[in-house]
Amino acid sequence: MLILKCPNCGQRNVSEFRNGGEYRPRPSRPLDADDQQWSNYVFFRHNVSGLQKEWWYHRNGCGLWFLAERHTKTNEILSTFRWGPDRTE
Amino acid sequence: MSRMWQVHELRDRYDAVIIGGGAHGLCCAYYLASEHGINNVAVLEKRYIGSGGSGRNTAIVRSNYLTPAGVRFYDASLKLYERMAVELDINVMLSQRGHITLAHNDISLRTMRRRAEVNRLQGVESRLILPDEIKQLCPVLDVSDRPRYPIIGALYHPPGGIIRHDAVVWGYAHQADAHGVHIHQMTEVTGIEVSGAKVTGVKTNRGQIKTETVLNATAGWCSTISAMAGLRLPVITSPLQAAVTEPLKPFLDVVVVSGSLHVYVSQSDRGELVMGASVDPFPSYSSRGSLDFAESLASHIIELMPGLQRVRLMRQWAGIVDMTPDYSPIMGFTPVEGFFVDVGWGTYGFKASPIAGKMLAECIATKRTPDLITPFSLSRFNEFDLMGEAGAASVGH
Ligand SMILES: Cc1cc2nc3c(=O)[nH]c(=O)nc-3n(C[C@H](O)[C@H](O)[C@H](O)COP(=O)(O)OP(=O)(O)OC[C@H]3O[C@@H](n4cnc5c(N)ncnc54)[C@H](O)[C@@H]3O)c2cc1C
Ligand SMILES: [Zn+2]
Repeated sequence: MLILKCPNCGQRNVSEFRNGGEYRPRPSRPLDADDQQWSNYVFFRHNVSGLQKEWWYHRNGCGLWFLAERHTKTNEILSTFRWGPDRTE
Repeated sequence: MSRMWQVHELRDRYDAVIIGGGAHGLCCAYYLASEHGINNVAVLEKRYIGSGGSGRNTAIVRSNYLTPAGVRFYDASLKLYERMAVELDINVMLSQRGHITLAHNDISLRTMRRRAEVNRLQGVESRLILPDEIKQLCPVLDVSDRPRYPIIGALYHPPGGIIRHDAVVWGYAHQADAHGVHIHQMTEVTGIEVSGAKVTGVKTNRGQIKTETVLNATAGWCSTISAMAGLRLPVITSPLQAAVTEPLKPFLDVVVVSGSLHVYVSQSDRGELVMGASVDPFPSYSSRGSLDFAESLASHIIELMPGLQRVRLMRQWAGIVDMTPDYSPIMGFTPVEGFFVDVGWGTYGFKASPIAGKMLAECIATKRTPDLITPFSLSRFNEFDLMGEAGAASVGH
């Protein structure tokens, strides 16, 4: 069973969380982004077999959306952290 | 007696290289060689053929989808299955025993009514039935109002059923081989050479190959192969699990699916109950089973068929599947010339392998997208013209 560490609540069973998919920056100027940029953002994914930065949501807990670095082949979780401009790029 | 397929040295040049030795890749190779005279073809498989989804699926075949283009496409596949045993000279054990999808609420019933109409307009046998007819078709189901989610109706699709998946893989491999195709097992693609937005070759753990045509038929791994050609896909890879019970005397001669309870079940010719559910709760390339899955599967099956309480689970396994946002595949050209895709097969792609392989072979040989598969192009995502097949493909595979 996978254990995930919520930045608020500490270590919890993964069934308390919902995966929010790989982290991807939004088009930086949304009003100027064309269809191509939006479709890239909305549909297309790196979907790596390896280390992935991704969103998680503590659904049955504190409700926090946070980030994790997970190896998608082994499911090993290297770190979990709060979103913040300095941590994400 | 000769072997079903031969072992070859890797040539340094092929007219087409197919990556992925599942039913899709092998079938495409077979049609390229048998119908289009393109025989200098290699199928590269990193492990053994059928080691991906093609050897792990629960072998359900059906054509009662929701979109007209989807119904036409899967129906063409079912027609190919109907004559496959003769064509490939192997017993694929196609059993069109009937397929029923249960409704436990009004919303499902409404989707099913729509599916039945769409199906019939495309000439596919499919209709809504009520609990007394469900009970006749499948006496073991609890159709009373006792369960938490009582059964209120079902979509009945008589031509749906199951098939022996391994035989399909071996049949295509055998016939492709007989037409000169090289099947290379334990051959992993490690890179794709692209020059000026055109494919020029493939790198493998056994050496380099020159080619102008590459087909990505790697299902759950398709994003890793596309990345080698510099492309992203609208695909997310997730595990999908299944399980079988100990063998029982024959009592279940239809395939039963319940979308609301997230389970489906059929009985194999050996008597085992073959059961599955929807994809795992989070994406991963790991094919490990989980206790969560076995527990929820068992409790839901017992809700449907209380008589199975004391039956033992025998095996459980997982495969990885390539999910798309609209529960529909992606077939045909990509922005890289010579690089074709046959991916996005999610939880439902085994049944499509005959027609997908045939269409991709035609697409590669003629450099034109056949009409049957134009709705499934990669470009639909850039045009925001998605398929919307979730109502017929999210639980029932
Ligand atoms: C548990 C389960 C139940 C399912 N039930 C059904 C069902 O009832 N009905 C249905 O229609 N579908 C079902 N499916 C889906 C179906 O199995 C797949 O959609 C289908 O088998 C895909 O076939 P394929 O030939 O495209 O890919 P696969 O059979 O997955 O073959 C892809 C191959 O590519 C190889 N590969 C990967 N990377 C490389 C590389 N770098 N180099 C060389 N080779 C590589 C892999 O080893 C693999 O053998 C189910 C799937 C699972 C897992
Ligand atoms: Zn929390």
